[in-house]
Amino acid sequence: MTTTVDQRSVTAQDKPNVLLKLWRNKETRSVIIQIVTMALLFAFFAYIINNAVLNLQALGKTFSFDFLKEPASYDINQTLIEYTSRSSHARAMLVGILNTALVAVCGVILATVLGFVLGVIRLSNNWLASRIVYVFIEFTRNVPVLLHILLIHGIMVHFLPLPKQAISIGDALFLSNRGVYAPRPEFLDGFGFTVAAFVIAVIGAMVFRRWAKKVQEDTGKIYPVFLICTGVIVGLPLLVFLISGSPLVWELPKMGRFNLQGGVMMLPEFLALWLALSLYTSAFIAEIVRSGIMAINKGQWEAAGALGIRRNRVLQLVIIPQALRVIIPPLASQYLNLTKNSSLAIAIGYMDIVATIGGITLMQTGKEMETMIIVLLIYLSFSLVISAFMNWYNKRIALVER
Amino acid sequence: MASTSTSAVQTYAPGEHPDWPAPSSVKGPVHWIKTNLFGSVTNTLLTLLTVYLLYKIIPAMVDWMFIDAAYTGASRKDCEAQAGGACWAFIGTRLQLFIYGFYPEAERWRVNLTAVLLFVALAPVLYDNVPHRGKALIFTVLYPLIAGVLLVGGVFGLEYVATDQFGGLMLNVIIGVTGIAFSLPIGICLALGRQSHLPVLRIVCVAFIEFIRGVPLITLLFVAAVMLSYFVPPGTNFDLLIRMLIMVTLFASGYMAEVIRGGLQAIPKGQYEAADSMGLKYWQSMRLVVLPQALKISIPGIVNTFIALYKDTTLVIVIGRLDILGIGRSSLADSKWQGLSTEVYVFVAIFFFISCFLMSRYSLYLEKKLHTGH
Repeated sequence: MTTTVDQRSVTAQDKPNVLLKLWRNKETRSVIIQIVTMALLFAFFAYIINNAVLNLQALGKTFSFDFLKEPASYDINQTLIEYTSRSSHARAMLVGILNTALVAVCGVILATVLGFVLGVIRLSNNWLASRIVYVFIEFTRNVPVLLHILLIHGIMVHFLPLPKQAISIGDALFLSNRGVYAPRPEFLDGFGFTVAAFVIAVIGAMVFRRWAKKVQEDTGKIYPVFLICTGVIVGLPLLVFLISGSPLVWELPKMGRFNLQGGVMMLPEFLALWLALSLYTSAFIAEIVRSGIMAINKGQWEAAGALGIRRNRVLQLVIIPQALRVIIPPLASQYLNLTKNSSLAIAIGYMDIVATIGGITLMQTGKEMETMIIVLLIYLSFSLVISAFMNWYNKRIALVER
Repeated sequence: MASTSTSAVQTYAPGEHPDWPAPSSVKGPVHWIKTNLFGSVTNTLLTLLTVYLLYKIIPAMVDWMFIDAAYTGASRKDCEAQAGGACWAFIGTRLQLFIYGFYPEAERWRVNLTAVLLFVALAPVLYDNVPHRGKALIFTVLYPLIAGVLLVGGVFGLEYVATDQFGGLMLNVIIGVTGIAFSLPIGICLALGRQSHLPVLRIVCVAFIEFIRGVPLITLLFVAAVMLSYFVPPGTNFDLLIRMLIMVTLFASGYMAEVIRGGLQAIPKGQYEAADSMGLKYWQSMRLVVLPQALKISIPGIVNTFIALYKDTTLVIVIGRLDILGIGRSSLADSKWQGLSTEVYVFVAIFFFISCFLMSRYSLYLEKKLHTGH
């Protein structure tokens, strides 16, 4: 019996199948798998591209991005740069990108502030406030963000009065169902000095901070860095502003015959999107902040206390740097989510990327392929930029291990 | 105890001291209120502010939602004649629409049956001690096919129902469950591919995952609606619901891959090495050693992905499909019921809150149960 088995295995090794032999070798096998994967991928892409070409031919369409130069001939209700219906599709796309960026940046700022405040209250030993925040967080994050947007937009449009009877807050802010009117700052000639002073103050504060840290490391002497920096950053521009004769006036919105005039108008669409995205994301950020602070071992507090560090310095030097390490990665993905969720703008008619180039331009030109590729690429680059920035920041604060 | 009557200080013989309750300054409701609500100045201010907000919000909300609300009526005017608050009669008359969409009324038992079978199919996945778990899991694997046949029909004497008649809650559940069910195997493959030693496989998987996670679901749904039909041979026409399901599945599998990668990374390296030293091949070691452990610890993450996807299914309204939110929005166009958007949105919000909250509790429970520690 054993001999036959041996003979068999010997004959199998004597006359090996070349492919089988290659397959049994670990290195050649991995090369084969990779080549097959590549071939399958190429075949797949060739197949769908071929189909796309055939389909486009059948419909008499061509694949080109020339339509971007043609006039868009539609209006956009919120434009950060100059735009008329005679501008090109490319210009409309740029307006859309800026609108998305505007709502994303505003949303990230408000969501971060709200999220940190809520997270800290959630951790506070005030039972009532902590419970209320818990209920708010659970309710907010368990309801689809689209519903938040529609609900806030619906309330704004249905419950706020017409512009003629707009609710006025201190004669400066007017709330109406066509939008919120706020005073517009008008910069006069000398305002550049104030800006320059601000920049100088910030640089000065940074230099001072570095110097104070060095002094502290060398001698142990501690300066009130935060107070001095705040004083310089606020005080210097204020002083220059007053000396140069207050070159800033506020243009207040006024009640015209039919409508409010002047000031900055924020569309209800923008406000609804901004508030809804910020509220929704802040609930997630609050939980991230809470778990980040909770993740710090109680021993850290006690160890710092044993070294004789004062309580507020412990927070600044020991707890927050460690908590940030836990908080930053999920925070980054929340920022990404907020930016991606801003694409829901189309549901209420805020003109972002999807609504301009992926919506009206697509309908007008019939260039489904080209417009969708552009939209996908824009969102991809947004995501890559945000994650690159957050990765850089994360690396900067990461634990430096010996 | 004669000494007690003469001296002002009460004394007790050893072991005779009665059990007095702790003084109210260190225990009990008064102490609790003092430390938890009025512990410091900021704490007191916070409490007062919260109480003020509650006083402002809660009575008005309860009044609008329950006390001053109208529960019956045939139009908005009826509601307004009865009460000044919410008009729930609107939701009541359209409840069927909210659940089944435009599914033919005579065939709605099929939807109910599919829903019941869904729980049967889920039971062996969610609970360990289900009798005949092995056989039940076979049913779970077959369930998508059974559900598809039941809902669409056209065979076995079931009347054919076009997929554009699907709507309401039913559509949300179909998209959510399909997305998660099919994204699980794809996600496992992607996660394994991302950890592979073969550079081509790794690059392909990373590129796919990062692409999916970098774009919003809404753009993928647009791709499903306008672009996907370009990629099939000319003349073939396939259903919008299927196209949507494909894109949602791809979307979910990108996120699923990351959840499972987290599970794979949490497995100690010794487990991989032990499997290798047993002489197990790659797929054997994955199937028998690594994946069972990795999947077990990623179940809470999978549930969370499902919650996120389930909430995202409301996005189908942007490409013209009427899910529960879409039905609500389109009902507002009815001239009898105009201007009731708040009622609709509040109703849908409460519905989503209840279902998502229960699921997130379940995921927390699982996390606790599975937290056996290494």
